[in-house]
Amino acid sequence: MLDRSLLRDVSLVCLASGVVGVSFGAIAVAGGLPVWVPVVMSLVVYAGSAQFSAVGILLAGGGPVAAAATGLLLNTRTAAFSLAVADVLGDRGRLARFAGAHLVTDETAAFALAQRDPARRRAAFWISGIGLYAVWNLCVLGGALAGSALGDTARFGLDAAFPAVLVALVLPAVREDAGVRRAALLGGAVALAVTPFVPVGVPVLLALTGLLVLGRRV
Amino acid sequence: MTAMVAAILALAVGTYAFRLVGPLLHGRVQLPDHVQRLLSAGAVVLLVALLATGALTEAGGFAEWARPAGVLTGGVLAWRRAPFVVVVLGAALTTALLRAAGVS
Repeated sequence: MLDRSLLRDVSLVCLASGVVGVSFGAIAVAGGLPVWVPVVMSLVVYAGSAQFSAVGILLAGGGPVAAAATGLLLNTRTAAFSLAVADVLGDRGRLARFAGAHLVTDETAAFALAQRDPARRRAAFWISGIGLYAVWNLCVLGGALAGSALGDTARFGLDAAFPAVLVALVLPAVREDAGVRRAALLGGAVALAVTPFVPVGVPVLLALTGLLVLGRRV
Repeated sequence: MTAMVAAILALAVGTYAFRLVGPLLHGRVQLPDHVQRLLSAGAVVLLVALLATGALTEAGGFAEWARPAGVLTGGVLAWRRAPFVVVVLGAALTTALLRAAGVS
């Protein structure tokens, strides 16, 4: 039924996500936020990149509105993912559907979509979904409690971990589609160019101008 | 503090609403292909901008060399299709070692 390779991959991603979760909790608390902020945010928002950018903006003094807006904008992609896994969520009654929706992330969508057979697809989604939710929240709590004890988190190089996670996540899309690659390079360049001159959170939004060169899929 | 609670709540409610789009629309609406492509390309563009500014900038200025060097290491590992956890730890370890060696 469930092969070992799926369980191995899920465990590996859980492990990686645990490391990132610890660093998220630690960075938030070491930066001066109270422990409950990263912990509650992880439980109710549950979206790594949005949480990092929201906390980054809060710590940089960008304000709660910019933090929420940037996080929401980043999470618009979850709508596309939830459409992609809708068949997994759709046939198990209302409670499972509403609980399952909260588990839709980049990773769970990727795990589900990698399976062809509907039963395995469902299993992959729920196993990775429940596993990641538990690991992520426990590790964020651990990181937040250890935050001040860890001292200067810059020593551990955790600030380099998050951009590296993003590289790993976007690489497949950037590799296979020249239009997306063009758009992403232009968007990234725009974001970097305006960073010194505009408030925190805005550079990433302006990067969307890169979509102008998207073109058609070839 | 109230503003922070409001921000977290807004982010949580909005994110959950995005996540409900699939289950609620399932079987009812089919997004046109070019809209789907724009949505997914937009997500990639956002992530690349986030990683570029996250790797290179700090409070509106340059982030110093240790962090971009770590991200670059992670990027090379990801390009060589190294497992996710190797990418993450490779990036953090490179930056940590450079800082221990006195490179900020």
